Amino acid sequence: MNESSSELFFSSIGPLVQGAITGTIPLALASFAIGLVLALALALMRLSRRRWISSIARVYISIVRGTPLLVQLYVIFYGLPSLGIVLDYWPSAIIAFSINVGGYAAEVIRAAILSVPKGQWEAAYMVGMSRSRTLSRIILPQAARVSVPPLSNTFISLVKDTSLASLVLVTELFREAEQIAAFSQEFMLIYLEAALVYWVICLVLSTGQGFLEKRLDRYVAR
Amino acid sequence: MSPVDPPVTPPVFLPATPPTDAAALLTVRGLQKSFGTTRVLESIDLTVNRGTVLALIGPSGSGKTTILRCLNGLDLADGGTIDVADYPTVSFDAVPGKKQLTTLRDRSAMVFQHYNLFPHKTVLENVIEGPVIVQKRNRAEVTAEALALLDRVGLTEKKDSYPFELSGGQQQRVGIVRALALRPQLLLFDEPTSALDPELVGDVLRLIKELATEGWTMVIVTHELEFAREVATEIAFVDGGLIVEHGAPKEVLRNPREDRTRQFLHRLLFPF
Ligand SMILES: Nc1ncnc2c1ncn2[C@@H]1O[C@H](COP(=O)(O)OP(=O)(O)OP(=O)(O)O)[C@@H](O)[C@H]1O
Ligand SMILES: [Mg+2]
Repeated sequence: MNESSSELFFSSIGPLVQGAITGTIPLALASFAIGLVLALALALMRLSRRRWISSIARVYISIVRGTPLLVQLYVIFYGLPSLGIVLDYWPSAIIAFSINVGGYAAEVIRAAILSVPKGQWEAAYMVGMSRSRTLSRIILPQAARVSVPPLSNTFISLVKDTSLASLVLVTELFREAEQIAAFSQEFMLIYLEAALVYWVICLVLSTGQGFLEKRLDRYVAR
Repeated sequence: MSPVDPPVTPPVFLPATPPTDAAALLTVRGLQKSFGTTRVLESIDLTVNRGTVLALIGPSGSGKTTILRCLNGLDLADGGTIDVADYPTVSFDAVPGKKQLTTLRDRSAMVFQHYNLFPHKTVLENVIEGPVIVQKRNRAEVTAEALALLDRVGLTEKKDSYPFELSGGQQQRVGIVRALALRPQLLLFDEPTSALDPELVGDVLRLIKELATEGWTMVIVTHELEFAREVATEIAFVDGGLIVEHGAPKEVLRNPREDRTRQFLHRLLFPF
């Protein structure tokens, strides 16, 4: 690295980290939060005894998982305006990522709910609980523990996937990198630097996942 | 969430005072249950008086567990009626409403073969969950009662432990306390000791025996004939979804009237 490259490297850290803090991270957090709510609803729909309800959820999940995220993003971003729905960059991006995360996380949550032994439902019914109360007090807390590792993976993927939002002009880490790279013509250096920032974020998240698992493990035998 | 009228409250000198007065507590008529095309309960007729300890014995797959589950509303019978205490008869000839199932669950409490404690709740939380959350009773009062019950089964120091920290025998005693805390009229046990290591069986059987002498009405599915003989006031032999024989332990175990009972007992006593 010659002097001017290293200077560029250090002077770029600021904008990249800022892109992460004001773009990547809030985009990922908002999409994940909304996506989780959606996923829980879809998972419960999938488990419904009513055929048509579970079919709707199944079709939704199948479409989300069977089409590229980039295409979903474009459909929301360029497709909705043609229907007369014009949204700002940010809301469009959040909607697209939420829809996507909802589809993936739904299957995780469904599997986690199914992994709770049948005896837990029965014990809850025995003490007099309704189905919804059994879910909220007995089943979901146990399912939460099971779904932390796969949901953490979903979240980490999401953080990386938000780089696609640069294609629909949302200012986040990667779009910042593109602009610096185009301006300085130091593509290799800047893109590697962007990769480094993503990597650091994911390392922090994995560590957080470890802590969370440990906390939720307090009632599980090892 | 249907409002729950708490079971007839036993006198205040709780814990664990069984409701008393004579006459039939449970009457089952023509109870039928199929899973798909398999008929599991042909037609069960059963009367259990207050204070009776009824042991259900019978070969594997004969429908014993299914009877208990139907009594507790965990399985929906397809026909017949169940009457618990002075509450309206629950009929299964049409699909019973939620409210009727709630009635069944309110009157009876079940102790499971594999305990089925809530693993994410402490021992105390397991016990008070039903009374506080479902029956909406006063938390402090329920907690005091739960602690007294735990004390009685020797688990006071374990009140803040999680189920995984307990032995099987301790878990099952918590299971029994959880059932008692619901203040049921009828206690249902499904092979309460069959998942336990042999050296842990004794504690649990002793507790059930104590409850029997206190006058609790209980239906116990068991393979322990010795225990049934000692604790039960009545024994019913179940085979092929029918109650083949029902009577005093001595009669059923020593002088069975039915061939099927005799063969079953013979096979249990002389397995080889
Ligand atoms: N949910 C179910 N679906 C299908 N078949 C079932 C179901 N539950 C029980 N059965 C069947 O019903 C029959 C009676 O089962 P049940 O568990 O009542 O027998 P049991 O007398 O308790 O036997 P064991 O002594 O082995 O516990 C068995 O043939 C069993 O396979
Ligand atoms: Mg059984």
